[in-house]
Amino acid sequence: MKFSEQWLREWVNVDIGSEELLEQLTLLGLEVDDYTSAGGDFEGVVIGEITAAEQHPDADRLQVCKVDDGTGEQHNVVCGAPNARVGIKIPFARVGAVLPGGFKIKKAKLRGVESFGMLCSAKELDLSEEADGLHELPLDAPAGVAINEYLNLDDHIIDIDLTPNRGDCLNLRGIAREISTRNSTAMIEPMVGPAKAAHQDTFPVEIAADSCCARFCGRVIRGIDASATTPLWMVEKLRRCGIRSISPSVDVTNYVMLEMGQPMHAFDLAKLEGGIKVRLANPGEKLKLLDGREVELQTDTTVIADHSKAVAIAGIMGGDETGVTPTTTDILLEAALFMPLGIAGRPRRYNAYTDSAQRFERGVDSELQPFGMERATKLLVDIVGGDVGPIFETRNEAYQRSFEPVSLSRARLDRFLGVAVPDDKVADIFDRLGIEATKTDDGWQAISPSWRWDIAIEEDLIEEVARLYGYNNIPRTNPAWVPLVTSSSEAELPSNTLPQLLIDRGYQEAVCYSFVDGRQSGFAPDLEALALANPISEDLGEMRHTLWLGLCDVMQSNINRQQSDVKIFECGLKFVSEGSDLKQVKMISGLVTGNKSADYWGGPAVAADFYDVKADVEALLAAASGNEFVIEKGEHPALHPGITATIKTAGKVVGWVGSLHPKLQKTLDLSQVPIVFEIEMAALEQVRVPVYTEVSKFPSVRRDLAVTVDKEIPFSAIQECVDRHASELVREVRLLDIYTGKGITVGLKSVALGLILQDFSSTLGDNEIETAMSRILDGLVKDLGATLRT
Amino acid sequence: MPLDELINNALMQIEQANDLATLDTVRVEFLGKKGQLTGLLKSLGSLPVEEKKSQGQKINEGKRTLQAALEGKLFALETAAIDEKLKSEAIDVTLPGRGQLDGGLHPVTRTIRRITSIFGQLGFSVAEGPEVESEYYNFEALNMPEHHPARAMHDTFYFEDRRVLRTHTSSVQIRFMENNPPPVRIISPGRVYRCDSDMTHTPMFHQVEGLLVDTDIAFSDLMGHLEMFLKLFFDQDGVDIRFRPSYFPFTEPSTEVDIRMPDGPNAGKWLEVLGAGMVHPKVFNSVGYSTEEFTGYAFGMGVERLAMLRYGVSDLRSFFENDLRFLRQFNEAI
Repeated sequence: MKFSEQWLREWVNVDIGSEELLEQLTLLGLEVDDYTSAGGDFEGVVIGEITAAEQHPDADRLQVCKVDDGTGEQHNVVCGAPNARVGIKIPFARVGAVLPGGFKIKKAKLRGVESFGMLCSAKELDLSEEADGLHELPLDAPAGVAINEYLNLDDHIIDIDLTPNRGDCLNLRGIAREISTRNSTAMIEPMVGPAKAAHQDTFPVEIAADSCCARFCGRVIRGIDASATTPLWMVEKLRRCGIRSISPSVDVTNYVMLEMGQPMHAFDLAKLEGGIKVRLANPGEKLKLLDGREVELQTDTTVIADHSKAVAIAGIMGGDETGVTPTTTDILLEAALFMPLGIAGRPRRYNAYTDSAQRFERGVDSELQPFGMERATKLLVDIVGGDVGPIFETRNEAYQRSFEPVSLSRARLDRFLGVAVPDDKVADIFDRLGIEATKTDDGWQAISPSWRWDIAIEEDLIEEVARLYGYNNIPRTNPAWVPLVTSSSEAELPSNTLPQLLIDRGYQEAVCYSFVDGRQSGFAPDLEALALANPISEDLGEMRHTLWLGLCDVMQSNINRQQSDVKIFECGLKFVSEGSDLKQVKMISGLVTGNKSADYWGGPAVAADFYDVKADVEALLAAASGNEFVIEKGEHPALHPGITATIKTAGKVVGWVGSLHPKLQKTLDLSQVPIVFEIEMAALEQVRVPVYTEVSKFPSVRRDLAVTVDKEIPFSAIQECVDRHASELVREVRLLDIYTGKGITVGLKSVALGLILQDFSSTLGDNEIETAMSRILDGLVKDLGATLRT
Repeated sequence: MPLDELINNALMQIEQANDLATLDTVRVEFLGKKGQLTGLLKSLGSLPVEEKKSQGQKINEGKRTLQAALEGKLFALETAAIDEKLKSEAIDVTLPGRGQLDGGLHPVTRTIRRITSIFGQLGFSVAEGPEVESEYYNFEALNMPEHHPARAMHDTFYFEDRRVLRTHTSSVQIRFMENNPPPVRIISPGRVYRCDSDMTHTPMFHQVEGLLVDTDIAFSDLMGHLEMFLKLFFDQDGVDIRFRPSYFPFTEPSTEVDIRMPDGPNAGKWLEVLGAGMVHPKVFNSVGYSTEEFTGYAFGMGVERLAMLRYGVSDLRSFFENDLRFLRQFNEAI
């Protein structure tokens, strides 16, 4: 809510500076967002009167005006504004004046005619966002008086950011009430008496019980002067609150809304048929709104209708057809109370989040309607004249606000705040806030004032006490409590370990958006991505079912910035739809491309390959030693068919490591080949708790064994075979060498193994060693068709 | 050859020996089993006793002289050899070490770690929850029924089935309390989503939510804990902290917290850093906690916001661009 500081001070005359005022507002919960000057930053601009205007001899669109600036002197000014004409009063920037932006006015020659100064539009003075000509001032504006002084521009605009519970502060009166409460200074309410009725005409009003209208006040004013214009002081106040002047009737209703918080509406009485019916919209009913749009109304929306048609969406926006126009003579003024629940949600639906809707949605003072009506009548009649009728009111007895007393217990107040605010202080706070409180045995019974809609439970009262007592006057304490040690079993892998392990191995952590675009289908063509109903853009339209796409994009964007060695990982959820079931699976995923480490002085840089990344994966799996993992050849649509491994535990696939499929690399337009991995975090949460076994005191021996086998047999099969046939004396099997080429038959490969043997009870003898070795060799020969290399 | 001459000759040869092998040859020639001095000793047997004794003494004296000279020379040669070896082995120690790895945490994770570590010392443990969430956990259970004005302010991402991307990590509060009786001390970091994107908003960002429920938790405790946290997080005892009344549907009273730094680029300005309040009774009602027996506080803070203030990052969007040159600036150990 934007408002003028001067206007606020008219309502509550506190003797504090602006800075303190702003701080008070903020600390009352009305957070000041902005504080700006009310007028343009200019000087040397005075009120001038155009006393002559002649066509420029040399330019069709220019006029040569004579301007009286109050000194009696006539200044020659060349002007291009279409509304420049004799007799009007306008802002005149004399030679030497400085306009907003530091623009200095100098004597100038325009198409051969000398010009001494400039006639200004509202925009040129920063008084408006737009302008279509000179800013015409009232004809009685005194020539020669400085514009700043005349428009009272020594003012500031305060913009406060209101929380949704404080609808009562969406008006000057509400804000003034807070400041008056804070400073114990009385508010200055405008004197508004009942207008004297010049006739007794009313207009029939019915309210349907199921509508959201609790109260409808109306008044007929006849014979208004539609040609009247809104006085400058009102235009200026509206402007400083961010509202443009439109016509006297609209301006006055806006004024009352800003001043007191009562949204109002003026109908052209001649266009209403029969009487007013406040009811829910009929199915399929349509209404053309003030802004020119036609909307189809929904049946949970309350409308103001006459006997033939809807004429306004209640509390949200008026209809086009029945609004006040320059030819209107008789009007029906409306000041109603619509209940928040009947408004909430509708403004958005009709894309009509108006000032009125915002106020009704948050709650308008439920006792304000007649008062608002009187205030508007007075202001309006002062401008447009007319004969005022009596106020007539219809209430919806089925739907009235209830003011149930709320109890506050002394003990709970103290316990909740951690400070004992004295009884008399609490009573004083309630009193100043307009909360009607009575003392009870153990606290208070309080009734909310009509302008507050956020006082319904005990805690709401506690907040009011705390707010006015001052949050910052409450002490800072520490609760006395027993330690609550978080359980951490040694068999649980601490969550920071795995990321740290990758970091130690040179990985940089990345954080990518959880939503991606359709390119991810290339990673899993069979998966249906979970699409957002309202994505922010198409390229962030669906939830990721793989973290690899994000990492690939990070890789490429870094390559594009000359960072071609990329080693990154990310931890986060992937979203996998399985029918109507959605799995949100926490993953740790990585990507490596380019060289293993930066160019090295001791030799050429070496490109990272599958086995480098596999080592990182193995390190992760080793850290999560509570499960046993198997890495075997696999197939994945996103990975190179020959360079793909699955990671399994207990027969279940929990991860992948491999080189990105060249086709996908091409589709994604990646300039380097990435090697990627992903593992489900759930598989990596367990650690084996160490169990000590005795160290053998006897020496170990090593025997090497080289065999040739079919080239297609994976090493894992050889290792399994060795494990199967190894006796308990075999402590360790090391892979020493894999060789194909000269000396080895085509189609075979040589595999050299180193075996470490050791016994617990004695030093091994040759016989025992030979027996163990030949069992392994025999196994390899029998199971895998191996031949001993000699 | 007379003994003196022999000794002098030997000493000269020792002196001239330039390597260990030559020196050893000299030793063998004079002191070896068949060496000249050994030969002289052996020849003593044929001499008369008196002469044998005096000659023997002289020879042994000469032998000791030679041995001392040999040892001295040996030491000198060995030292020279070691010096030579050391010299040849010298390397340029200013060359960079091999296989240097440069990795690090994302600044968001780094910030989350610091926050959780500070609250961890107070006994808060980490709780996590789903990011695709039901409207119930994200809104309704947190006292934000449909059409609540605060709900409209959340700019929610929806899915066709009315599920949402959680707009805050407060949803984890509810899930945790549903499954755990009081006392509760949890902190819940994670990704949250709002349908908003401009200079100062990204559609995804991170929050840390905290929840403390016990028999007698007061608003003053909330303020005490948050003040302590902020001073620790910013490593700055002199930071001013103020509490402003605010509004969240799931807390009452509610507050927003501003800090003001004594120095640095933001010196003197009040900066909003987090929102908090006493848990609203309706929230306790939705999880079946007794509002008579228990009170509690909750807070929520934007991780990127804290990271920006702490490390001087000026553009929120840079957190999600993942430029390695940006990321590497946060690689210092924590």
